[in-house]
Amino acid sequence: MNNLLPLVVGVPLLAAAVSPMTKRRLVLRRLLLLGTPAAVLTFGVLLVIETRDGDVVAEQVASWDAGISIAFAADLFSALVLVVMSLLTLVCSMFLSATGEDEDPLIVPLVLVLSGGVFGALLTADLFNLFVMIEVALLPSYVLISKSLKTPALAAGRIYLTVSLLGSSILLGGIAFVYAVNGSVHLGELAGAGHESGVAAFAGGVILIALGLKGALVPMHGWLPRTYPYASPAITALFSGLLTKIGIYGLFRVFSVYFEGASQVQGIILAITVTTMVVGVFGALGENNMRAILAFHMVSQVGYIALGLGFFGVAGMAAAIFYLLHHTVVKASLFLSAGAIETQYGTDRLAPLGGMARREPILAVSFFIAALSLAGIPPFSGFIAKFTLIRAAMDEGEYLAGGIAAAVSIFTLLSMLKIWNAVFWGAPSEVADQPGRATTVMVDTDVRIRRALIIPGALLALVTISLGLGAEVLLPLAQTAAEGLVDTSAYVQAVLGR
Amino acid sequence: MSAAVIVGILMAGGVYLVLQRGLVRVTIGFVLIGHALNSLLVAAGGMGFRAVSFISTSDPAEAADPLPQAFALTAIVITFGITIYLFGLARSGAEDIPADDVPDEERAS
Repeated sequence: MNNLLPLVVGVPLLAAAVSPMTKRRLVLRRLLLLGTPAAVLTFGVLLVIETRDGDVVAEQVASWDAGISIAFAADLFSALVLVVMSLLTLVCSMFLSATGEDEDPLIVPLVLVLSGGVFGALLTADLFNLFVMIEVALLPSYVLISKSLKTPALAAGRIYLTVSLLGSSILLGGIAFVYAVNGSVHLGELAGAGHESGVAAFAGGVILIALGLKGALVPMHGWLPRTYPYASPAITALFSGLLTKIGIYGLFRVFSVYFEGASQVQGIILAITVTTMVVGVFGALGENNMRAILAFHMVSQVGYIALGLGFFGVAGMAAAIFYLLHHTVVKASLFLSAGAIETQYGTDRLAPLGGMARREPILAVSFFIAALSLAGIPPFSGFIAKFTLIRAAMDEGEYLAGGIAAAVSIFTLLSMLKIWNAVFWGAPSEVADQPGRATTVMVDTDVRIRRALIIPGALLALVTISLGLGAEVLLPLAQTAAEGLVDTSAYVQAVLGR
Repeated sequence: MSAAVIVGILMAGGVYLVLQRGLVRVTIGFVLIGHALNSLLVAAGGMGFRAVSFISTSDPAEAADPLPQAFALTAIVITFGITIYLFGLARSGAEDIPADDVPDEERAS
């Protein structure tokens, strides 16, 4: 099992290299696009089975001694995230095929490289390789975000690229500091290093700031709602599921291994995450496009996920891991449903759309399920995620954080209802919704959205139902994964080859 | 000490340029920040060790740490690639968004 770990990075990169040769054979290219994440998904499931008791699978590449070699390691946490992310890549690839975007020979290799980089970042046990893998994932995203070459997409690409570059620079600086202080960037050798001296803690803190920027935590969130909605729908869904989450994943990993938790900064973490929740949800209230609303909600939800770091115990981390898995699925489902409408009708603005529930019942139902799940209504996965998280907050005596988390859900529901009322119920309105600009978009109410566009979002909506009803299975797994993060000795021993 | 001064000057210049409005200036700012970080990486290996880092040719106790040099090399390649793309981006939107300015945001529909 362990010697297959590097292939999780290698196979997508290899497939990306091969795919430009399939210039005229679309079927072959689609096979690569869909087959690669499907293969990684299968491997991820096997990895979850292998690590379900808290075992850690580690590989020292080319059998060099541990500490010298490039180390890959998978514990239950990374295996679970790998499963969800490869599933998401697969579903987004289905959507890319449905819209015909993959007829552009450039899209497929870019998506494959992006996914390969993200998978690599999940499995690497070395801070510098984490930086490299994140860069591998980010480079194609710079091209993908401006792919349409329309003016707003180019402007968004500029913001996205400069902010990401700033984040990567800070990350690299942090890694240089860590090396200067500890003489190593190997996660196994850095276990608990954050507690050894103030300088070491500062060095790790710089890395945490950079990862927080990648994950769009307040006050470093402004770039996300300004850039994500301008990419094509499937790409937005892919970014939301893979790129922001890799920042959060790194945050969890570094915080647990390098710092082994840091109760001194608990107050700061709680303040940042709670503000993130509130700012994101209020930002969404002011938007009038489906994907812009959803992008602001991403910021809000990232706050929920990172809240678990604030009370660094098994219960809090298990809730956070469950939330991470749930949110990746649900947010992508919403983006893809909104994307299906946008692809067919040419707009995702709320005003010109309406009455979609009558015309597109399947799409309406899957959007409805995902929206309720996002807001945290039972029996969907969002309820379990929020319930366990708020209960962990209450157990820790953080009543304010728990209370705000519950209150923010109501506002989440509010803006989901806003989309629902405007898009799925009622009639298309022709009112100009921006002052000084007449509505130019008129929606043709006779068109039907193609089935192939609806299926990807509906598929993920099914996953959120099964995560909600099957929480009995997933919660213990999240619990075990959380134990692996709170007590990292098994992980550390495995990557050190002991 | 000299490393600290170099990193400081490069970083200050880089941050100043990144805060300008024009994309070309921002790009050059990131080039400077990249140089600062590469110097920082090399300095992280210790400035006192200067001997060639091949085991057979010099005393390991005086040999320079090769690992941060490898880090810096990787970082240089990545920064270079992104810089070129950034310049391309400054050029490609130049008809609508001037390369030397960032427009007020407007959500096109």
